[in-house]
Amino acid sequence: MIDLHGYGPRLAEGALITIELGILSLILAVILGLLTASAKMSRSWPLRRLATLYTTIIRGVPDLVLMMLLFFGGQIGINMFTDWLYTQFDVDIFINVNEFVAGVITIGLIFGAYMGETFRGAFLAVDSGQIEAGRAYGMTHWLVFRRIRFPQMMRHALPGLSNNWMVLLKTTALVSVIGLSDMVRVAAEASKATREPFTFMIIVAAIYLLIASVSEWGFARLQKRYDIGYGEAD
Amino acid sequence: MEALMNWLEAQLADNSIFTLQTLSYYGQGLTTTVQLVFLSLIIGLVMAVPLAIGRGSKKAWLRLPIFFYCYVFRGTPLLVQLYLIYYGVVFVEGIQESWLWVILEKPFVPALIAFTLNTAAYTTEIFRGAIKATPKGEIEAARAYGMSRGLMMRRIVLPSAFRRALPAYGNEVIFMLHASAIASVVTIMDLTGAARFVYARFYAPFDAFLFVAAIYLCLTFAILYLFRYLEKRLLAHLKPASG
Amino acid sequence: MKIQKILSLGVLGAAMIAGSANAEIRDIRIGVDVPYEPMEYRTPDGELTGFDIELGNALCAEIGIQCEWVVQGWDGIIPGLQARKYDAIMSSMTINEQRREQVLFSDPYITPPSAWFAPADAEIGTPSDETLEGMTIGVQRGTLQDNYVTDMYGDVADVNRYATADDMVLDMDSGRLDAVFLDFPIGKSTLLDSEAGDYKVVGEKITEPKEYFGEGFGIAFRQRDEELAQAFNEALATLKDNGTYEEIYAEYFGE
Repeated sequence: MIDLHGYGPRLAEGALITIELGILSLILAVILGLLTASAKMSRSWPLRRLATLYTTIIRGVPDLVLMMLLFFGGQIGINMFTDWLYTQFDVDIFINVNEFVAGVITIGLIFGAYMGETFRGAFLAVDSGQIEAGRAYGMTHWLVFRRIRFPQMMRHALPGLSNNWMVLLKTTALVSVIGLSDMVRVAAEASKATREPFTFMIIVAAIYLLIASVSEWGFARLQKRYDIGYGEAD
Repeated sequence: MEALMNWLEAQLADNSIFTLQTLSYYGQGLTTTVQLVFLSLIIGLVMAVPLAIGRGSKKAWLRLPIFFYCYVFRGTPLLVQLYLIYYGVVFVEGIQESWLWVILEKPFVPALIAFTLNTAAYTTEIFRGAIKATPKGEIEAARAYGMSRGLMMRRIVLPSAFRRALPAYGNEVIFMLHASAIASVVTIMDLTGAARFVYARFYAPFDAFLFVAAIYLCLTFAILYLFRYLEKRLLAHLKPASG
Repeated sequence: MKIQKILSLGVLGAAMIAGSANAEIRDIRIGVDVPYEPMEYRTPDGELTGFDIELGNALCAEIGIQCEWVVQGWDGIIPGLQARKYDAIMSSMTINEQRREQVLFSDPYITPPSAWFAPADAEIGTPSDETLEGMTIGVQRGTLQDNYVTDMYGDVADVNRYATADDMVLDMDSGRLDAVFLDFPIGKSTLLDSEAGDYKVVGEKITEPKEYFGEGFGIAFRQRDEELAQAFNEALATLKDNGTYEEIYAEYFGE
């Protein structure tokens, strides 16, 4: 058996953090993505501009730089605000951005921009006749969205969604650089302490591959579900 | 030049962070980033062509190892690959006594190896897709002319596959530029390394990271426009006739 | 009606918090970056220990408060203080002017020199522009050693900056670094006394110029917490008088 020098439990905890971080940021990214896609398709030009600015900046700057900016800078920004509260009103509040929250927010923010593109393409792919038909039935805006646009949009969005999730999963590794004890950081610490980088890094690589394979299988099942009603030839 | 420097110095006079010294760190960082990204892309590209052809081979002994290589390098974080190579090479038996150590000792080459292997894996898949998308008729026509497999690849399949791969490859180039930021983790003073240095020295995260973000943004746009230009030139024949 | 209720609750809460801030010194949390042996590190079973930890605990006991240690990477240690993740930093932090703009320092509690370390078989003369030319030097990013080496030798030598002292020692072991510049006690315990390799001190121990090396290590507080700093200064003076300081010092730096 492989000797983990007692790092086994911490490595497992790290893997759990990686998964939690991945899933929470995916949820945030999907919400931001839907908002961005709606903003880009909206009739109001300031909204469209704002959404374009957001996606352009996010997609033009490295993840790691954004993460450091938000993690180190975000904390100082909040400090300025709480210090101002203290000097102005003598109110001493304590807002703590921990590494995990910062990680979720940054990764969610980054992938929200990519998701926005995915969702926009998918929404546009939904036949407008379907929406008109829904309206003709007297459905409200929200009902049309829930019953017609969303389910049909998902069929087109799933491949992009799955792709983004795979990239997002690998991006979580960067949080180890800002100090969150995900599995990459645990493995890096263990490699340094035991001088056995191969053992730990290969285990971590294998866990990533495992997560990726499981999610690939999951997405394939979802795709099947959303493809109901469409022929194989499509 | 002298006058320019004096002017610059005067402009920076009442600024404690962006001095000539820190700007020169950013300058060197820019050079390092560009070198690292450019070299890894070029070598990765050269590797990817035969790999992509081999990936579609009918011989399992050739196809499967390439598939496995792509699967592993595309499925794991680049950071893990970088750690593995940077810290891993040290533990290869006898390497410190060999001539190889002279180049592996510096962090640049281990990082270059990691980046190259990574981008080669992605590029292989991009080319694989482009080769697969070759219209059947073109291949049949080439066969009918009696072309050998090698000649067909060279004359018919690859030239059109390269063009088809161009948009996806443009994304890969931008992806590599952004991924290169992690080089700073193994002490390389690339652009991000320079920003981290300035941040740590002056506790000024906004100045340090916003400045570097702006540089990356400019680089991204430059790449974007380069590829848009190339697409226009090389893919002109694919445009709708009316346009 | 509802809004009024929330508002009054908020004001009440604010008054309570503000009230408690001005009262007695409360229990505090102290930020520390580990490992930095022998100043702060973990025993194999995960317990925090080291000179800073023991002295810090003794100071808290003297003041009569409970202190909790919070581990924080060096990169974010001052922002973390300002963000109230903890109320003080006791982590081998040298008092200097740049940091004084950000934090309030206690009196220095120890003044260790910095020193150059290199492999035992390396042939390096007393560090200077000539002897260090073309060498690769390791420092911890954002430390006073980083500032000193960058300004003095940045033009002639390659400076590799590390996030932790650990990473630096590993690269020294694997032969990637020709020399490192460190706080002397840390270099002594992680390099000279370690089993990983043979190392030596090169040249004199360095404490000048004061512009870089400051007055020694201090405990950092938020600038407005003057009472807290005062309490620690008084406690430090007491411990030095009654011999407790001596005892802890001997435990970590004695022969």
